[in-house]
Amino acid sequence: MHRVLGDRRAITILLGPALLVYSLIMLVPMVWSLGYSFTEGNSIEGFTGNGLDNFSRLLDDPAVHDALWFTLKYAVVVTAGQVVAGYLLALLYVFFLKKASAPVRTLAFFPVVLPTVAVGLLFQKLFQVAPQPGPVNSLLNAFGFESVDFFGSAGSAFWVLIIMDIWRSMGFYAVLLFAGLVDIPDEVLESARLDGASGPRLIRHIVLPLSMPVLMSSLIFSINGTLKVFDSVVALTNGGPGNGTTPLTLYMFQSSFTYSEYGYGSTIALLLTVVCLLVSLAVYRVSRRDNTES
Amino acid sequence: MAIDTLQKTAGTGHRRTERSPLRAARKAGGRMWVRLAVAVLLIIEVYPLIWMFLTSVKSNSDYLDNSTWSLPTTWEWGNYAEAWTTGNIGLYVKNSLLAVVPALALILLLGTAAGFALQIMVWKGRSLTLLVFLAGMMVPPQMILLPLFTIYFQTGLSGTLWPLVLTYTGTGLPLTVFMMATYYRTVPRELLEAATLDGAGILRAFWTISVPMVRNALLTVGLVQFFFIWNDLLIALTFTNSQDLRTVQVGLLNFSGDFGATQYGPLFAAICINVFGTLVIYLFLNQKVMKGLTSGAVKG
Repeated sequence: MHRVLGDRRAITILLGPALLVYSLIMLVPMVWSLGYSFTEGNSIEGFTGNGLDNFSRLLDDPAVHDALWFTLKYAVVVTAGQVVAGYLLALLYVFFLKKASAPVRTLAFFPVVLPTVAVGLLFQKLFQVAPQPGPVNSLLNAFGFESVDFFGSAGSAFWVLIIMDIWRSMGFYAVLLFAGLVDIPDEVLESARLDGASGPRLIRHIVLPLSMPVLMSSLIFSINGTLKVFDSVVALTNGGPGNGTTPLTLYMFQSSFTYSEYGYGSTIALLLTVVCLLVSLAVYRVSRRDNTES
Repeated sequence: MAIDTLQKTAGTGHRRTERSPLRAARKAGGRMWVRLAVAVLLIIEVYPLIWMFLTSVKSNSDYLDNSTWSLPTTWEWGNYAEAWTTGNIGLYVKNSLLAVVPALALILLLGTAAGFALQIMVWKGRSLTLLVFLAGMMVPPQMILLPLFTIYFQTGLSGTLWPLVLTYTGTGLPLTVFMMATYYRTVPRELLEAATLDGAGILRAFWTISVPMVRNALLTVGLVQFFFIWNDLLIALTFTNSQDLRTVQVGLLNFSGDFGATQYGPLFAAICINVFGTLVIYLFLNQKVMKGLTSGAVKG
């Protein structure tokens, strides 16, 4: 009976084009990029092999260490912030707003679809000092504080970046986690309430364990995305001041296109890929263990 | 109507008195906290956008001399015209559309066909093929940029919008194939087999029967991919080597520099124009957008 569904010619026609484009645009370049790691040069001047030079340079390059450290710091802080803020919002939706939460949910989700470049430029102006103090600084002034030059030091620029990305994405995680919270059966909550659990205790002992799976998948998704941060940084600080807010993605881009070092750029891209895979693997293993325990 | 509300308030009042006053007070207090939380949330989410719009219709001196909280003294709608023509945003929007629309069409067509082949058709190695597609979601795009740059340079495609169309199609396929394969799980194989008994080939059954059955999914996946491509900066920044090719995002990033001295009104107008497109889509299709983006996340 499955003869028509096993028609080789039809499968080739249906799958062939997608597989071809995917292979040419993604699979072949991935392997190719691996090959670039052992060369120096660029596509205009040509390439010459240089063995493992790029890798030893990678290990000694202080800019790579800074970029790697920034990437990890950013990913951990934003992931924690996004998921916690999203979870609090989701709790607000489910337990306090209940049926009335739909408009709030829709509104809080909106920043997710905004172009990152637009949001970055907007936050640049919201937090600016000169030539005119932006809303944040004039709010500080109104409470009697001095204006802060947020983009003058890497430390404060980092926090503006964090605030911006949490602002952008908390509505998204709220909806994601909301879907998990709604799935908790009413009977479970009701019987817990009858047993005297309420408020924070209900959330800690009943709701939190039951929403673990969806929390874990949010965590994996978030860490996977934040390790690849590029748009937000480029639009908000462009890596500055100095290279104080430069993640691996941006350092790879600068090495490749500002300094035309394709070989070294590919090596940084490889490092980024390895970091992404390792972190995903680690989070995945931890989440698996948690699930089997509970 | 009036009687109705009266009865309602009377009813709740009646119930309140039955409870202990302390609990009622605590409940009312709790409700106030919730209201406050929602109000703060809405201000945080919405005020920056209102501020952005108000600033976009201020003149430069109005922006520089008056408080940042004030309303525009005169409403300078000309800022929008200036951003569109002098600031080239019109050209950039056109470029974005020329890259996004063909890429979107290709992604949906190829992705749906591949999803069908991987979920409905029966053959050895289809789960492995699906895994190969999934791998594409894990790898950062930085890994493919440099070889692609070489390919486009060697084939003479640099200097056109083709690199963007092709790269968006290639990078959009993994998620699309995966989502479409998932949606095809709900389409019964028997239905398509029965259709082929009447003499129509399986390809015809794919096009005339299965595609209309997943058209809702097509809209959802299409929206998700639209936002990804429209908002993309990395790929556009890599492959647009001249000003004439810039997409909206690249153009906006370079907006102040191109203008010479910063013109705040037109800059904010340009940001507003960029946001406006996504705003309109979100206004009409927000439920679908929310569903699509979050379902893409759970799987990715």
